Amino acid sequence: MLFRYLFILLILLPVKTFALIEVDITRGNLNPLPIAVSPLSIDEESKNNFEKILKKTNLGSEISIVVENNLKQTGLFNPLNKDAFLQKPDIANLKPRFEDWNLIKAQALVTGKVTFIDEKLRVEFRLWDVLAGKEMMALAFTTVPSNWRRVGHIITDKVYERLTGEKGYFDTRIIYVSEEGPKTNRVKKLAIMDQDGFNNKFLTLGNELVLTPRFSPTNQMVTYLSYFRNLPRVYLLDIETGMQEVVGDFPGMTFAPRFSPDGKKIIMSFAKDGNSDIYTMDLENRIVERITNHPSIDTSPSYSPDGKYITFNSDRSKYQQIYVMKSNGKDVKRISFGNGLYGTPVWSPRGDLIAFTKLHKGKFYIGVMRPDGSGERLLTENFYQEAPSWSPNGRVLIFYRETKTNSKGEGFSAKLWSIDLTGYNERMVKTITDASDPSWSSLLGN
Amino acid sequence: MTRNITISFGLHILLVIITAMSLPFLAKKPIDLPPIVSVELIQISDKTNIPFAPKAKKIIEKVKEEKKKLVSEQAPPKMVKKEKPDAVPLPDEKIEKIKEIKDKKQNPKKIETEVKQVSEFEKKDLFDPSSISALIDKSKVESAETDKKLDKMTQDQDKSVDFGGLSLSEEDALKAQIFGCWSIPLGLPYNENLLVRIKLQLKPDGSIIRSEILDHARMNKPGQGFYKVLAESALRAVKLCQPLRVPSSGYEKWKELQLNFDAREMLEG
Repeated sequence: MLFRYLFILLILLPVKTFALIEVDITRGNLNPLPIAVSPLSIDEESKNNFEKILKKTNLGSEISIVVENNLKQTGLFNPLNKDAFLQKPDIANLKPRFEDWNLIKAQALVTGKVTFIDEKLRVEFRLWDVLAGKEMMALAFTTVPSNWRRVGHIITDKVYERLTGEKGYFDTRIIYVSEEGPKTNRVKKLAIMDQDGFNNKFLTLGNELVLTPRFSPTNQMVTYLSYFRNLPRVYLLDIETGMQEVVGDFPGMTFAPRFSPDGKKIIMSFAKDGNSDIYTMDLENRIVERITNHPSIDTSPSYSPDGKYITFNSDRSKYQQIYVMKSNGKDVKRISFGNGLYGTPVWSPRGDLIAFTKLHKGKFYIGVMRPDGSGERLLTENFYQEAPSWSPNGRVLIFYRETKTNSKGEGFSAKLWSIDLTGYNERMVKTITDASDPSWSSLLGN
Repeated sequence: MTRNITISFGLHILLVIITAMSLPFLAKKPIDLPPIVSVELIQISDKTNIPFAPKAKKIIEKVKEEKKKLVSEQAPPKMVKKEKPDAVPLPDEKIEKIKEIKDKKQNPKKIETEVKQVSEFEKKDLFDPSSISALIDKSKVESAETDKKLDKMTQDQDKSVDFGGLSLSEEDALKAQIFGCWSIPLGLPYNENLLVRIKLQLKPDGSIIRSEILDHARMNKPGQGFYKVLAESALRAVKLCQPLRVPSSGYEKWKELQLNFDAREMLEG
């Protein structure tokens, strides 16, 4: 009976429930993420060994500086000043005191340890989420000591990928044309360097003019334009072995070469009797295939990442514009319709955009548009700039920019610049000489 | 006989007096009142849940009372004319008729419709989006006063007030705070379904007792790297922001809160 009364009482009691309140967060800030890159800890013995081999007093600090500089260059991270760090590297690597790192407003923390084992360099690193107070990633690498900068780049790639969701572009190299001497008599050499400007090497002597070097997306092969018997011809160069060869036996001028996404073909322009069309050559069986056949100038071809389409520029509509066609040359469609001239289209490795150079009213622009021609965005404007090349993750473009000369013909320079897709993070890329025609490699670990 | 004559005379005199008193009113012109302006007050709790309902309720009641007053004062004289007796009835009948007239004065047909309009104040389904913005502005001004009153209420009293969610201003304050804390990972693709839902359990001061990603299983699925990155960034934002800017009252209502993080708009540029 008592239970019955209780039951009735329960039914009659007013029960109040609240629906779960939902709040939509659709905006955030674009401020660089504050990150602390602690110097990697190193024991005395390892320190002495590396000092003898590499002439570096503290390799742990050196590697952390590489990581810090890389992250800073992206514009997405704000590496915090090391003077503000409260915890020593050796302790931080074992168990960070998150309160200390929180105090200096760090949201992520990189710690690590460097050791000398069996004449090799072993680097451990950990990425910590300071706010959550947990480890996000822990990896270790072993390599020859001379590869220490590359280890820094690989660590940056891992950190970048873990925090942004896309692959990094730091363990990469850039091939470019090094330029020296007066404007009217430039000595041009092929050169290669790490993406941060270190480890520069010259690949040619400068006896012949070299232009438009392009990396293979799959290996360390390079194709470029040089002169053979006073005719511009497309060359193929193996960076590892230094072997080079002329691509195909064309009865005329070949230029504007680029690899197919699988690295098995080279696509280029072949000019004869004032007409230039696009051709491909299979690098295995050397079979040449004609892709376009039009009385206009078709050049600067670039494959889509899936290899199904090709973008190129042509003056078939009187003015130079960008076109897209199927990889067999069919279904040619014009995609650029803005004012001015469009050229050097390059398909993004992500496939979502095509970068280009635009000339309008005497100014040069580097811009991007979708493969259907929509969403044109001009990222940067200058007196003279061209030849954009994508970073392997499709987020950053590298190009070159020339400065005006004065009335005496002085003051000319050509430098490499990079800009990300936001258009805000524009930086000059350090080179030891003047530079032009850059091309970004794929990730070296691939 | 004399007694009957005296009674009849007295009653007739009474009738004359009553008639003399009521006739001047008939000659009076109707009161020149401005036409009633129809004001639609809407129930906004479904959309905005602005916690000013007690205030609004008082206003509604006040308006209702005023309307009632208007009704009694605004009896149209024409209708009274129609009720004028054609002949002088017997005294008993006359009294009844007068009563009837008075009753009808209380509920004239025309006024009834007006009263009906007033009653629509409480109609829940009635929603006019164009009126919302005006109401919000007004409610913002009154918010301080209302908050004070709510603060004085005990939890039990507070239960009687049913709020469905946060007010726009409260929601905006919370959003603005989290916007500032959320560093969006710019490398994420904008064309993927990357909605991260986080359920929070909060203390009355807005600090977080517990946070839970509702689609947690997705975090460790292969090929869901982007989702994981976004979810982690959202969690960082929530932790960085605490204590959250929550309302000072109605804890029962928001002690559990769900935040839906959607970066598509930002990533599209």
